[in-house]
Amino acid sequence: MIEVRHVSKVFTTMDIGTVTALAEVSLTINDNEFFTLLGPSGCGKTTLLRLIGGFETPSTGEIRIDGVDVAGLPPHKRRVNTVFQSYALFPHLTITQNIAFGLEMLKWSKADIDVRVKEMLSLVRLEGYGERNAAQLSGGQQQRVALARALAPRPSVLLLDEPLSALDLKLRKGMQVELKRLQRETGITFVLVTHDQEEALAMSDRIAVMSAGHVLQIGRPEDIYDDPNCCFVADFIGEANLIPGALLGRANVNIVTIRPERVTVGPGDAPAARIAGTVSEVTFIGPDTLYDIGLKDGTRMRARVRGDRGRFRAEEPVTVHWPDEAERELAS
Amino acid sequence: MNMKRTLFLILPAVLFISVFMLIPLMIALVYSFMTSDSYGGVTGPATFDAYIQLLYQQDFDGSLIFSTDYLFIILRSVVLAVATTVLCLAIGLPVAWHIVCQSASRRKFLLFLVTMPFWINTLIRTYCWVLILRDQGLINMTLRNLGAIVDPLPLLYNDGSILLGLVYTFVPFMVLPIYSTLERVDTRLIEAAHDLYAGRWQVFRRVIWPLAKPGVVAGAILIFAPALGSFLAPDLLGGGKKLLIGSLIQMQFTSSRNWAFGSALAVLVTATVILTLIVSSRRNKVGEVRI
Repeated sequence: MIEVRHVSKVFTTMDIGTVTALAEVSLTINDNEFFTLLGPSGCGKTTLLRLIGGFETPSTGEIRIDGVDVAGLPPHKRRVNTVFQSYALFPHLTITQNIAFGLEMLKWSKADIDVRVKEMLSLVRLEGYGERNAAQLSGGQQQRVALARALAPRPSVLLLDEPLSALDLKLRKGMQVELKRLQRETGITFVLVTHDQEEALAMSDRIAVMSAGHVLQIGRPEDIYDDPNCCFVADFIGEANLIPGALLGRANVNIVTIRPERVTVGPGDAPAARIAGTVSEVTFIGPDTLYDIGLKDGTRMRARVRGDRGRFRAEEPVTVHWPDEAERELAS
Repeated sequence: MNMKRTLFLILPAVLFISVFMLIPLMIALVYSFMTSDSYGGVTGPATFDAYIQLLYQQDFDGSLIFSTDYLFIILRSVVLAVATTVLCLAIGLPVAWHIVCQSASRRKFLLFLVTMPFWINTLIRTYCWVLILRDQGLINMTLRNLGAIVDPLPLLYNDGSILLGLVYTFVPFMVLPIYSTLERVDTRLIEAAHDLYAGRWQVFRRVIWPLAKPGVVAGAILIFAPALGSFLAPDLLGGGKKLLIGSLIQMQFTSSRNWAFGSALAVLVTATVILTLIVSSRRNKVGEVRI
């Protein structure tokens, strides 16, 4: 279990002065959990990962791993391993030597190392590649070596820093499944950093959405998607309509959010409509039709209607409908 | 077409090396098999006399006596060149690593400092050490004024002062190639090693050292070869009392006027260096090094 308690990190640079990368962040990551830190670049997610790994020290607050305060513990004294964004495979060593590196440092016996390296190579499906050099492997294969190297010493936590960002789309999808499988099979806590919300939704048990050094919301992917607690989360995860409360006649509500797929579009004279507008663009994408609708104050709404076959045309007046349970009122 | 262009482009370099290196080397090789005449030149016929002189001294009656005098000079030169290389490595590797770890603007400044000695003539720089080390020099005068010593310390005109001068001259040649090798190393590798339970010493031994090695080999070659034949530091800082092979060669071509023997010594030094190069390139793939 990783407990992050009121952790702040302030960087001092010569040209910009001080930068607060993390502000009073608290969260708990459970054992055997696939936990994701999700946010745009510069939100502090990588800094938090590096703090857990021991590559940075917190300015304030404390981090506990399995109940032990890790303040002052260098990376090589933490039972935590990292998969780096650039993989950081040792270019002067073979794949086997790369995977054995951590085990040698932990002074495993030669025989145990041999067995473990073989086991890891088969776990990441790279049997027969042991004697090659890192440069001779493709990006996806290097990624799997990095995983094998980090998992070999049986860490209690595996940290993954944007591990899939260097792969092309098809490989990335494959590796998502692969990572999920590895996490299940090894039972090790995975902490993943990503800016890709689809990746986060697909793999995580729980997600922490971060922005500007703060954790905005923590929860299961479904909860965060269905029940965002602020505009940033609603907008960052999937697509969201953000409608000013005043426009719906609710003066005390700041913003109402609805997912485009929960919105339906009716003819301009339909009764019991939420709000009226004008279609500005229609995009037919096969199963669904996307409507871009302009409301009377200029706010834009998007609707994703299943099987609609483009009933309405651009410039046509329409009404917009959604069920009560599809909307969320947001304070900020 | 491509082949022609390649030839055209390497022609100046090939010409330069042939005219100013290969031809003089050939001349030295030929001279080393000739005999010095009484006018300071060389004459035929071809003999091994110059090489025999390396190991044997001619007695008054003309018989040859085995002598280790020159061998000893050669050995001392090799030992000094090796010591210079090792000391330059001991100083140069930490310096290069330190520079690599700095910010980009600081790196530029520090590299500038490393190359600054090249702006001043080597002779003048070496002579400055005489002013610092001699009996009335900076160190001895300061220590005497402080009352730490009565008689001046013998800092100048010994092996130590020669070594100091050589190391001082050659340190940049170790720093620069190691820097250029380490500069291309991903710093995440260091973090990855730390992450995989390696302490500071293990990170150095298992990651930094192997990755710096091509630069170390390049630096060692750049230093060992000229250090072996150098005569400036030995002459000025060694006082010319204890001969080294560089000074010995220089002497044969000037005061001793024995060009044949000088050439034989020069061929020997060149052969030693080439042999070292071949052995080290076999072992370390020098071809991969970019300086």
